[in-house]
Amino acid sequence: MGKVVYEVGNDISTDAIYPGRFMATVLPSETPQFAFADEKEFNAKLTKGEVADGDILLAANNFGCGSSREQAASCLKGYGVIVVARGFARIFMQNAVNLGLQTVVAPEIEASVGDELEITQTEVINHTTGKSYATIAHPPARQAIIDAGGLIAYARKKLLEEKGVKSA
Amino acid sequence: MGATLAEKILARASGQDSVRPGDVIEPRVDLAMSHENAALVINQFTEVYKDTGLDSRVWDPSRIAIIFDHRVPAEGMKTANNQKKIREFVTAQGITKFHEIRGDEGGICHQILPENGYVRPGQVLVGTDSHTTTHGALGALAWGIGATEMAAVWSLGRVLNVEVPATIKVVVTGEMKEPVSAKDLILYLIGHITAQGANFRVLEFHGPAIRSLSTSGRLVLSNMSVEAGATAGLVIPDAETERYLREEAGVTDPIELLQPDDDAVYERVVEIDISNLEPQIACPHTVDNVKPVGEVVGKPINQIVIGSCTNGRLDDISVAAAILKGKKVSHSTRMLVFPASGRIYRQAMDLGYLQILMEAGAVVMNSGCGCCLGIHQGALADGEVALSTTNRNFKGRMGNPNAEVFLCSPAVAAASAITGVITDPRKGN
Ligand code: SF4
Repeated sequence: MGKVVYEVGNDISTDAIYPGRFMATVLPSETPQFAFADEKEFNAKLTKGEVADGDILLAANNFGCGSSREQAASCLKGYGVIVVARGFARIFMQNAVNLGLQTVVAPEIEASVGDELEITQTEVINHTTGKSYATIAHPPARQAIIDAGGLIAYARKKLLEEKGVKSA
Repeated sequence: MGATLAEKILARASGQDSVRPGDVIEPRVDLAMSHENAALVINQFTEVYKDTGLDSRVWDPSRIAIIFDHRVPAEGMKTANNQKKIREFVTAQGITKFHEIRGDEGGICHQILPENGYVRPGQVLVGTDSHTTTHGALGALAWGIGATEMAAVWSLGRVLNVEVPATIKVVVTGEMKEPVSAKDLILYLIGHITAQGANFRVLEFHGPAIRSLSTSGRLVLSNMSVEAGATAGLVIPDAETERYLREEAGVTDPIELLQPDDDAVYERVVEIDISNLEPQIACPHTVDNVKPVGEVVGKPINQIVIGSCTNGRLDDISVAAAILKGKKVSHSTRMLVFPASGRIYRQAMDLGYLQILMEAGAVVMNSGCGCCLGIHQGALADGEVALSTTNRNFKGRMGNPNAEVFLCSPAVAAASAITGVITDPRKGN
């Protein structure tokens, strides 16, 4: 169970999630401080530790549109938040999968800040309103990366397989 | 059942006879491009090799391109240190397609790749930049990926777990009448299908109006395809593609103009007649908030920007110079011009365009991403408004979330520079 700690609308770009002026900061260990840096209140909540692991950032359609900057996924991953959205932009979604930021696609989701949401295999249950919303599962291509623990681990496995085959 | 161009390219690159949307493949990569964010790719690449006992060498140093463009020259020590780290990696790994901060070879990645002949029809090209879609203008399937995904490409030479995307066919008919340009067409299309209208899809451009566009204009279409969410934006390669590659990019080896099948299956067909298209403007704060210029004329502008990987090419600068020749940039605004590459800069200098623009009052900046992403040049003040030929107007894009960015063609930008307010270039001042 997680609480909705922040709600945003359609077409939230990576410029909003991780402003360009912080792009010289690249390491996943250093990016979280700049998450939603221009949304001062939410950023303060995050940096002061007022957001718990498993809390939920709620978005509408096309969350993460724009630049391919991976910091937009790594900065949120650093707080253990789950992003529940009506839809995600492709590159952001792939970066999230690669880095292990949990994303849930619920095209009809309705919830407000403070609501308690439970995420199951097939739906999001809003325990505050008593309503449930179907989710769209990751396709196998993305699920395989998630199951491997992220793309670094997945690529490492592939690399070892390949080198093993070559040297054999 | 026939294949779209994207399906043909992906089938070849994955060693299969055919692929269909939804198939999961691992296509081989012909070219892997990064810019300053290579600093993060290097970090993730090292992570992939960690504890494997393997020597961390990239799969093919001749197929990796690294271009310094986002923050050139470095605006601060953090960037300078990233650039230094990348230089050392480039040397250690023997990466050949490296473009430094230089007036002869430097520029924006999405101009450097085409003008140096690195891009060919039928290729698979990935880049750690969302506007990697640009290279679809030459018939290459080119898409943006994150840094970790690039680290996997550097390690293995292929993109892991790619789901073959469906294709939307865009058929453009009619005749484009100056000063209407490719920029107006793509802005119109994005407004029409929305910022997520092509999410997880490929756009494939067809029709006589596309055939008659120069490569420079086609690059604009493919560049901004990502603003409709598209994975890639493909123009079918033709005689113009070959002309560009031979005459402008200096390619001498054989060029294959790979075509989609006539019976290819498209998810959707979008038809546009541009005969009566007006100059278009994308209003704040989304690229799909597009209006004909007539609806926003008279809006006061604080900063006019001409440049970027979208509209910083020679023809764009030429259009601006023609409009500003003998005129002055209004003192109620300021005008910044940043050519997309050192080569374009020098050509614009030789042809006298830069002289004209500077005499009019414009500031000509060095080649690079400049104010496009508001990091170290041309940031806006609170409440200011910019009119720009770049490709994004998201909140905060030009360095300030309390400012506004309108997007337009070079003709609209230049005409507006004279008046200081948004101006229809067909009417002038
Ligand atoms: S000019 Fe702008 S859009 Fe193009 S690569 Fe640079 S930052 Fe990105």
